Amino acid sequence: MSNHLKNLKLKIWRQDGPNTSGRFEDYIIDEISDEASFLEMLDVLNERLISDNKLPVVFDHDCREGICGTCSLMINGQAHGPERRTATCQLHMRKFKSGDEIVIEPWRASAFPIIKDLMVDRSAFDRIIESGGFITAPTGGAPDANLIPIPKPVADAAMDSAECIGCGACVAACPNGAANLFTAAKINHLNVLPQGQAERYKRVEAMVETMDEYFGSCTNHGECEAACPKEISIDVIALMNKDYRKSKVKNRKELSRG
Amino acid sequence: MAQTITKRGPVSGTAVTRSARKRKPFLLDLYGTAVGKKYAMAITGIGLIGFVVFHMIGNLKMYMGASDLNHYAHFLEKLLYPILPEKAMLWILRAGLIAMLLLHLHAAYSLTVLNRRARPVKYQSERDYQVASFASRSMRLTGIVVLLFVIWHLLDLTFGAGSINSYTGSKDAEGLKDVYGSVVFSLERVPVAIFYVLANIMLGTHLFHGVWSLFQSLGWNNPKFNKWRTGAATGIATLVVVGNVSFPIAVLAGIVG
Ligand code: HEM
Ligand code: FES
Repeated sequence: MSNHLKNLKLKIWRQDGPNTSGRFEDYIIDEISDEASFLEMLDVLNERLISDNKLPVVFDHDCREGICGTCSLMINGQAHGPERRTATCQLHMRKFKSGDEIVIEPWRASAFPIIKDLMVDRSAFDRIIESGGFITAPTGGAPDANLIPIPKPVADAAMDSAECIGCGACVAACPNGAANLFTAAKINHLNVLPQGQAERYKRVEAMVETMDEYFGSCTNHGECEAACPKEISIDVIALMNKDYRKSKVKNRKELSRG
Repeated sequence: MAQTITKRGPVSGTAVTRSARKRKPFLLDLYGTAVGKKYAMAITGIGLIGFVVFHMIGNLKMYMGASDLNHYAHFLEKLLYPILPEKAMLWILRAGLIAMLLLHLHAAYSLTVLNRRARPVKYQSERDYQVASFASRSMRLTGIVVLLFVIWHLLDLTFGAGSINSYTGSKDAEGLKDVYGSVVFSLERVPVAIFYVLANIMLGTHLFHGVWSLFQSLGWNNPKFNKWRTGAATGIATLVVVGNVSFPIAVLAGIVG
């Protein structure tokens, strides 16, 4: 049986556009089922705003099942809210109590400019992927499964990194606005697999240096791991650092051959 | 992943397209990125920890009496003598320490600037940090206090500048520099002893995060020893703090003096 939460006080960041200054606005949710997801709660608010002829709160969402990485939101000072290993779309109102004040802000980073209200532009992540987050695979008929044998622990390690949905919570949660967890996950996902070896060192050098153009620097607080909806371990950052150091030597050798 | 509003920038990080000749020398090239600067911080950090631990162990000689400590200081001045002139090796070591400190500071400063730029507009509501420790969040503060302490400490016990320590430079009965006397002279002053204790607790806090952090920065990740990292950090920080803090206490308690 579902219970209802009463009298939630929302403080939501409203900002008309990228270059305007924003402010918090207060809203009251009189009653909501504890089975509602956080985004459904915002939907309810938006329906009301629309019927009152006001502009709805703009926020990002898509799959609403924790796999696309589109939802975001800083909820009471935590990226994706108070539930561990959970994206905002999978957060439910049962995590809150009647009468709670809930403060909602967008991700804040210079690489993630605010588009409107709670929606930010995360295309700086695309720039990092473009610079090396791919493999050169021959296209054509699909290769047979298990054509390339991969030890199970390696496949598992790659999968742990590949879980990254690119939501940007790591950047949002990092006191330095660093994107090391995202970049390291994307590098490690390919760098541990046989298919990723051809570009291994070019990839890490290119992706780390592209990351440098947009984001801050890691000081190993560990906030990113705690905020990550996939709980990707900061161990991947150490692996990226190691491959980056090696890449500096190897790429230099390779270039001086040509 | 995200929608684009800004103009699509060029794909800038492609390492392949740059020619070898245009590259900076290896070390400068590495130091050019944030990850490289963290390598510099970690390596200089290890060097400075080496000094701090060595320095603390050396000072334990004061528990063996004035003559032992003064002879130890004299030994340091005569390192590699007569191959090198007296104090030459000491100054080479000092130059190395200063260089490491400056590099550590430069990296800390430039990364801090980078980080400020990465989030020019702060969160407007209160952050609720989950795992960041007091130590990790106060590295800049603890580092600066340690730096100020180092400057004071050099003026006090190494150079005996002006009124800071009028005893430093005096000779003992054997005609050696009376290091023991200067330490006692300095730490008998209660405010100095308090500053000394506080600065060392700050140093311990800095090292508690620093030692753990440097494994990450250097890419030393091995499931076999990862669980020892926190232990190593606690151990080194405790060792340094307990050793160093014992000196002013011993002087004020009259055990040394
Ligand atoms: C002179 C003033 C100093 C300042 C301003 C300073 C500042 C910093 C800062 C900002 C960090 C970065 C924290 C991080 O990225 O996790 C750091 C790291 C570190 N510091 Fe210092 N520090 C100073 C002195 C020292 C001293 C005297 C030592 C050693 C006795 C030391 C050892 C370390 C170590 C081991 C690290 C970890 C490096 C890493 O994470 O890779 N620092 N310091
Ligand atoms: S909306 Fe797809 S992950 Fe949350």
